[in-house]
Amino acid sequence: MSNKIIQEKINKDYEWGWSFDIESEIAPKGLNEEIIRFISYKKNEPEWLLDIRLKSFRYWKELNHPHWAHINFQIPDFQDIIYYAAPKKKTLSSLDEVDPEIIKMFERLGIPLEEQKVLAGVTPNVAIDAVLDSISVKTTFREVLAEKGIIFCSFSEAVQNYPDIVKKYFGSVVPYTDNFYAALNSAVFSDGSFCYIPKGVRCPMELSTYFRINTAGTGQFERTLIIADEDSYVSYLEGCTAPRRDENQLHAAVVEIIAHKNAEVKYSTVQNWFPGNKDGKGGVFNFVTKRGICLEDNSKISWTQVETGSSITWKYPSVILKGNNSVGEFYSIALTNNYQQADTGTKMIHIGKNTRSTIVSKGIAAGYSQNTYRGLVQIRKGTEKSRNFSQCDSLLLSDTCGAHTFPYIEVKDISAIVEHEATTGKISEEQLFYCIQRGIDKEKAISIIVNGYCKDILNKLPMEFAVEAQKLLEISLEGSVG
Amino acid sequence: MSALLSIKNLHVSVNGNEILKGFNLVIQRGEIHAIMGPNGSGKSTLSYVLAGKEEYEMTEGEIIFNGKNILDLTPEERAREGLFLAFQYPIEIPGVNNVHFLRTALNSIRQHKGLEPIDTSEFLKLVKEKQKSLALPSNLINRSLNDGFSGGEKKKNEIFQLSILNPLLAILDETDSGLDIDALKIVAQGVNSYHNKENAVLVITHYQRLLDYIVPDFVHILYKGKIIKSGDKTLALELEKTGYESFKV
Repeated sequence: MSNKIIQEKINKDYEWGWSFDIESEIAPKGLNEEIIRFISYKKNEPEWLLDIRLKSFRYWKELNHPHWAHINFQIPDFQDIIYYAAPKKKTLSSLDEVDPEIIKMFERLGIPLEEQKVLAGVTPNVAIDAVLDSISVKTTFREVLAEKGIIFCSFSEAVQNYPDIVKKYFGSVVPYTDNFYAALNSAVFSDGSFCYIPKGVRCPMELSTYFRINTAGTGQFERTLIIADEDSYVSYLEGCTAPRRDENQLHAAVVEIIAHKNAEVKYSTVQNWFPGNKDGKGGVFNFVTKRGICLEDNSKISWTQVETGSSITWKYPSVILKGNNSVGEFYSIALTNNYQQADTGTKMIHIGKNTRSTIVSKGIAAGYSQNTYRGLVQIRKGTEKSRNFSQCDSLLLSDTCGAHTFPYIEVKDISAIVEHEATTGKISEEQLFYCIQRGIDKEKAISIIVNGYCKDILNKLPMEFAVEAQKLLEISLEGSVG
Repeated sequence: MSALLSIKNLHVSVNGNEILKGFNLVIQRGEIHAIMGPNGSGKSTLSYVLAGKEEYEMTEGEIIFNGKNILDLTPEERAREGLFLAFQYPIEIPGVNNVHFLRTALNSIRQHKGLEPIDTSEFLKLVKEKQKSLALPSNLINRSLNDGFSGGEKKKNEIFQLSILNPLLAILDETDSGLDIDALKIVAQGVNSYHNKENAVLVITHYQRLLDYIVPDFVHILYKGKIIKSGDKTLALELEKTGYESFKV
């Protein structure tokens, strides 16, 4: 996803639609206790984790698929999915032995797995954890980070090396009983990233996970756990792509963030899973539970997401504001084109005193797509002077698309201040004419105007990501002019 | 060399109402023309139909711009061929950086001419030079396109774009409206420094005032969709004294 790759391919379709022929170890299709035991065995997991998996699975079996979202799709056949696919030759102990084919594949995605030589005194910008199908294939710059006591590794390694930390926090923000897909994930999750920032440490570089689905017929169920101890800071980035395939692929991840006293976590996502073709065939189902907890006083969690991919996006990155004076933020751009559907937003749960949350959501719908903002602002009793500001803007680019806003606001404390603003509009003909009178073609003009519309949120992204996100918006809008 | 712009027997309707009714005009390279007329005479319609705005329908006549039949060209192609409209009410586009926008426009035009995109340092040099000569505050050029600009700043920004894009024909649609005398002088100075033997300017205005600073070679009076009188710059002065009433046919 580097700029160079994006620019090279700017005038084409979904450019990450290729797949590499990587020799993989693949579990048989289907879901049962045996598969779960197999995954757990493969990962050499302790008994307690297998227990959680099995409990989750038994719980999940009793659940009905939820149907309240504003999306229309065929419920996946959970017995027709491969729950474990891992590239062969991978050895957990020797990270230098990554299959050259895999390195090549990530290079084509613009993700360097070879650490560039670190010059004396110069800190690299980004450390990357690369997740291919079910497992993490490489985490870069671990040594540099380790000097500061920062742990950044794959989830599987964390289970082996830091079981106490994992056990303490796993499922503490998103328990397996939370929802249908969280239960499924807790049963079959394969890998993901783990990150621990110790007390008083400001992480010197962006930590990044890059998710790639490669094998056909697989689901991706990653699990990410980020813990920011007292007075620490980390900025975390997440990017994703998948090959173009005719069938729908399921991506059901769980992300948990814990922020201790005075800690700050910034989590940015640029989601570009395969969105399906122009007629709505294929594409990734992106059903993800992301939640952070401001566990102690003065902590802050900030979600920024740019959602351009997936045939269906269904997720609500949320913050539980438990500590006093804690802050939650949610900045979102969701762009849907062709037959894409998005039902996304956030939950801000105010529990601590003087807690503050900000929600800014920009939904852009084109083609035949449906774009929904759904958000909950809950201010509990005794929160004393908590406040929320929400702004939900929708932009319609065609007369066959839909934009919907479902804000839920529950206020139980009389001293709370809650503001909600919403707008729905179209790009004005006057704006468009102004651009084309200056010689800019219509499609480019629309992307310029949409980028401007999203400017406030793009500005929240780390520099490298902001540029990529702008290009992505441009590519995703292609063909939106009738 | 043939005329830069030649309009013959132009009839234009908007929503079924005929606004221009047999309009004729020929502009040669190097000339400055002024069109004056009362409200509703069809001045803005003329500028929009030249630029190619959708709801302005040409029902009769012919417009040849730089040797090409304008009907064959989309609005963006007309712009790239060198037709520039300084809008009466420049639109605000929030979040879109003024200079970035201008660079995109310039590169679209350059691409049309088969030129490479402009080099960054060269472009910034050009921007700086024009910004100074138009006395634009430097923060103005880095703000969002016309967003929160005062009326005068918007008009200056149009002339700033004109000076950078350097088109063959500049149509100024009531660029003087809402300008104080200092801003008017700066705008006029910008237009004059743009103007040369190869290009032409079409000034559309209500008032003679602007023509003190942008001196026209020809003045035309537009009334009810037709030019009813043409002359040199003295016609504008005469008009200022007597008003449009005395020219009614």
